Amino acid sequence: MIARLTPLIALVALEASVAASPRTPPAGTISGKVTYTGTLPRVRPIDMSKEPNCVTQHATPVTTQDAVTGPGNSVRYVVVYISAGDQGAPPATDTVRYDQKGCLYIPHVATMQVHQPLAIFNNDPHSHNIHPLARINAEWNKSQPKGAPPIRTSWDQPEFIAVKCNVHPWMHGYFAVLATPHYAVTDSSGAFSLTGLAPGTYTVTAWHERFGSQSQEVAIGGSETKTANFVLTARPY
Amino acid sequence: MRSQTRWMSLVSACGAVLLLGGATSAPAQDTHVGTLTGHAAAGKPLYTRYCAGCHGDDGDAQGENAQWIDPKPRDFTMGTFKCRSTPSGSLPTDEDLYNSVGRGFVTTNMPPWIALTPQNRVDLVAYVKTFSPRWRTAKPATPITIPREPAPTIQSILNGRELFRRMECWKCHGPAGHGDGPSAPELTDNKDNPIRPYDFHSGSRFMCGTSNQDLYRIFMTGLDGSPMPSFADQLQPTEAWDLVHFLRTLQPVKTPEATIWRAWFATHGSELKPIGP
Repeated sequence: MIARLTPLIALVALEASVAASPRTPPAGTISGKVTYTGTLPRVRPIDMSKEPNCVTQHATPVTTQDAVTGPGNSVRYVVVYISAGDQGAPPATDTVRYDQKGCLYIPHVATMQVHQPLAIFNNDPHSHNIHPLARINAEWNKSQPKGAPPIRTSWDQPEFIAVKCNVHPWMHGYFAVLATPHYAVTDSSGAFSLTGLAPGTYTVTAWHERFGSQSQEVAIGGSETKTANFVLTARPY
Repeated sequence: MRSQTRWMSLVSACGAVLLLGGATSAPAQDTHVGTLTGHAAAGKPLYTRYCAGCHGDDGDAQGENAQWIDPKPRDFTMGTFKCRSTPSGSLPTDEDLYNSVGRGFVTTNMPPWIALTPQNRVDLVAYVKTFSPRWRTAKPATPITIPREPAPTIQSILNGRELFRRMECWKCHGPAGHGDGPSAPELTDNKDNPIRPYDFHSGSRFMCGTSNQDLYRIFMTGLDGSPMPSFADQLQPTEAWDLVHFLRTLQPVKTPEATIWRAWFATHGSELKPIGP
């Protein structure tokens, strides 16, 4: 009896397996590395002596973050994103977190989609003022004293928005507000990876706050990984 | 039949003209202040005559006098304004801009344009609103609510002094309100031009008015485009009035707050902990 039932059980199991894992659409990846050529601006130590609370939070002196580079001329904090060819995606609902700690913005560049919730925290034992210098979106400027709840907001239009704290003028960061869900920020090796791309032709753009932006077209045919490297031109101050 | 077709064409054309006429007769730039309505076309020659020298023909703050002016003239193409009754990030109301033109800005080169008639001023405001696309895509938010002011007391002044310390106003405005706080030398506006914080000892006028209500509005809305942030999310109305009462004691004018403060300070001044780092 058991022997006669075995093929049937096997068949049912196979069908269940097929039903549980429907064929996933092909999803490609574009990965690569961002490097620079040219003359780098000078990386300077930040003088936080006007805010002793922040000096004590850093074991070693902090340096400016607007041109962070590494071995092999790699560039950190480059936003790489799909600027054309995107095939749409549901709006992002998870909250992007942006911290002020030790008189620095963490992360230095925060990426988010249009209308995506953004929460700005003050983790320092003193006040900051958050001043996003928006040009396309509305510019605003709000105080956030010690212990104040996070400032919750979002942005209506795609834009790279410089953020500064007027009280601590060395504090400098960016909100990268994008119309696409496909984006990445290069790590300390200059590497990035854009995943989950449906077959199609895409314009991939790399943007850096000092070295400008550069684009290239990449065609994705299926579940494949294509390489797109960028060489940005560094300019001294 | 032919005449009927022509008649229908004429009606359609008239409809189109009416629609277009409707769109142009009440553009977003028209201003409404009280019973006055301002029109950009009427404001343009006034702007060219009185404003372009500093603010530039294109409203971009590139007038021929701009290079000699500090702080720099407002760049109207950015659609960002300091003196507003609306929250930070919002456009100002027509009345906010109208009041700015008539009041001028203390500590800047912008004079009070009281020589211009009220109609001139609403027309000017209408033309100023043509320089930024923000006026076509956004509307001013609802002005903030300013509750009735309680009478100043020594307690409200002392509470305000504590807020001045805790909100760290002193980091820019200085421990005694002289505009000489530790952050003052490096302050810049939204175009990276150096800018000085207000010195409360410099006179009776503030950047956006002279009254206690004006002072309340200034720090609750912030002065957009400048380093002065909004404190609307951080201060309850009673706290905001406390801060107003304290700030009034810093001015070199005789105010009810200063009278209360001086009488108290004469006998209790030594009890105060200094404000500052």
